[in-house]
Amino acid sequence: MLLVSAIVTGLAVGSMYGLIALGFHVTYVVSNTVNFSQGSSMMLGAVLGYTFAIRFGWPMPLAVALSLLFCALFGLVVERLLVRPFAERGSNGWLMATVAGGIVLDNIVLFTFGKEPRAFSSFLSQKPIEIFGTGVFPLQLIIPILGISIMLLLQLAFHRTRPGKALLAVVQNKDAARLMGIDVRRAIAFSFALSTALAGLAGMLIAPLFSVHSDMGTLFGIKAFAVAILGGISSTPGVMLAGLLFGLIEALVTAFAGSTYTQIVAFGVVILALAVMPNGLLGRAAATKVQQ
Amino acid sequence: MPIVASPRSLTRRLLLAVVAVTGFAAPLAAQEVMKLGLVAAMSGQSAKSGEAIVRGLSIAIDEINAGGGVLGKKLQLVVRDDESNPAKGVIAARELVQREKVVTLFGGLDTPVSIAIVPFANQSKVPFMGVWAAGTLITRNGAAENYVFRVSAVDVLVDKALVDYAIRKYAAKNPGMILINNPWGESNEAGLKEALTEKKMPYAGIEKFQDADIDVVPQLTRLKAAGADVLFMVANVAPSSQVVKSLDRMGWNVPIVSHWGPSGGRFSELAGPSSERVHFIQTFSFSGKLSPKAETVLAALKKKYSEIKTLADVTPAVGIANAYDAMHLTALAIAKAGSTEGLKIRSAYYAIDKYEGLIKTYSKPFTPANHDALSAEDYTFNYFKQGEILPLTN
Repeated sequence: MLLVSAIVTGLAVGSMYGLIALGFHVTYVVSNTVNFSQGSSMMLGAVLGYTFAIRFGWPMPLAVALSLLFCALFGLVVERLLVRPFAERGSNGWLMATVAGGIVLDNIVLFTFGKEPRAFSSFLSQKPIEIFGTGVFPLQLIIPILGISIMLLLQLAFHRTRPGKALLAVVQNKDAARLMGIDVRRAIAFSFALSTALAGLAGMLIAPLFSVHSDMGTLFGIKAFAVAILGGISSTPGVMLAGLLFGLIEALVTAFAGSTYTQIVAFGVVILALAVMPNGLLGRAAATKVQQ
Repeated sequence: MPIVASPRSLTRRLLLAVVAVTGFAAPLAAQEVMKLGLVAAMSGQSAKSGEAIVRGLSIAIDEINAGGGVLGKKLQLVVRDDESNPAKGVIAARELVQREKVVTLFGGLDTPVSIAIVPFANQSKVPFMGVWAAGTLITRNGAAENYVFRVSAVDVLVDKALVDYAIRKYAAKNPGMILINNPWGESNEAGLKEALTEKKMPYAGIEKFQDADIDVVPQLTRLKAAGADVLFMVANVAPSSQVVKSLDRMGWNVPIVSHWGPSGGRFSELAGPSSERVHFIQTFSFSGKLSPKAETVLAALKKKYSEIKTLADVTPAVGIANAYDAMHLTALAIAKAGSTEGLKIRSAYYAIDKYEGLIKTYSKPFTPANHDALSAEDYTFNYFKQGEILPLTN
């Protein structure tokens, strides 16, 4: 019973990490940059979803669609203001700029949304159903299915469609991609919009199992980055696999050793795994050309 | 319920933020005011508690200033945000004492922050008045020269009350503990163990969990397997609601006897209908029949803060009430001391004889051996019903 419960929780939370980490992955494979405000993007998704669905009482599909749209817009703003000005000058300033952007967003939400945690209740997290003698909310089963489906869709899009291939071409050689008629700036902007929308979706999925507040994304963002590195940030399935594994390790350690040890063991495993596999679980070593 | 602030309340929040950052910079000449400092969480998950404390202190200050102030000076509150971070709390306390020259410091909700400020307050001989954090070691800090006082619950006494209640109400024989993994949880782990030892009672187990835990089922399953018949819960509002949701998932209908964490926010919204099962301790509530003093304070609160409309808007009432009484007791002590010198104020706290407060009528609230104005008799048990805290009859 304890084992089943831990596995279900681990897979649900792990898929969340996976979704946010896919956001890191998407911008990395297109532009070699990442958005360190992913945790805040996740919080934004949850806060907007709550505002539209609960406060305004709009139908859930509309609330979800609008929230994702606004999260994508936030991604565009991050790219335009916090990443592009630095990346185009060859500076690494975007690292700090995106961290700062996340903190600014957290505080804006604190002052507008309010200071108290709120409940984003969903009919999918009200009545538990029984699986192998343990109570499980339907939402806990839906999250991993959705997470893995999105990973597969992304994988297909990157490798089987022309726009997907165009995105991957950008990172290999910007000038060549531009010469081939690919709008490089638009491709990079799109990858940021997609990444924040993925984080926003993760936020809305976890909110009914948790509570909605302005600093809910901080810890998730950090863990998701660890997951992205663990999976090999350039590999779509690797990132999702690492997310699921990280979630499972956390849940199993909590179940069988107590949550005092969860963070030590989970991050310890990440360090160990990276020591053995420096490129992550499914990542490939970048080929380095010898410069003459 | 408004979620996104209306422009008006947004302005208010911004104003509050400015006030929190700059202090209440009232246009009063330096000689005419006496500054009192507050170090509390004004942002983050516990921000609601800081707001309640500011309200309680401000209502009391308004009353005191309307009566001419203290030692001929108007009182002025200077607020600093500790962000629930002990290091930031100590920096803020130092700044308030050394730069703002506050006469007394008031503390906030977080035990870890208050514990960090205690050594500084004792060294600099500035009275530090706790109005919320219940950690036993805050006032019972072992310092030879103890400048720390409190008008709030004390963990070690709360834990005795929790054990008594569990036995009286539920005939508990083998209780389990589900505690937040921080110094507050540790303070109560010690207190609960001590209280159970006094009753010669065994316990089913002690389980810890984190603020960000989504699932507490594993810990609760272990307690269930060990035969726990009542759960003692110690955690703030959001993690407490995760415990209740996990119990729902397990379908385990065990009674929960809790410290006052759930009262710090919208517990019934976060935990759902099962929140009513949680019986928690309070030092004060505006529900039920009110004393004339409570009526006056409630009216003053509604007048000063227009967003207070229902009783659900003055939860958590403990923060308001503790802060209100603590401010009046402090003003009495300063007046008695006839000086703003820390040593003299400390002696004057001991000399307070009687004060008719909001929570109770205090008689000799502080002695050199006891720096806590409230005791176990002042605790009541309550539960949440649709957003409002209601008293339980026994």
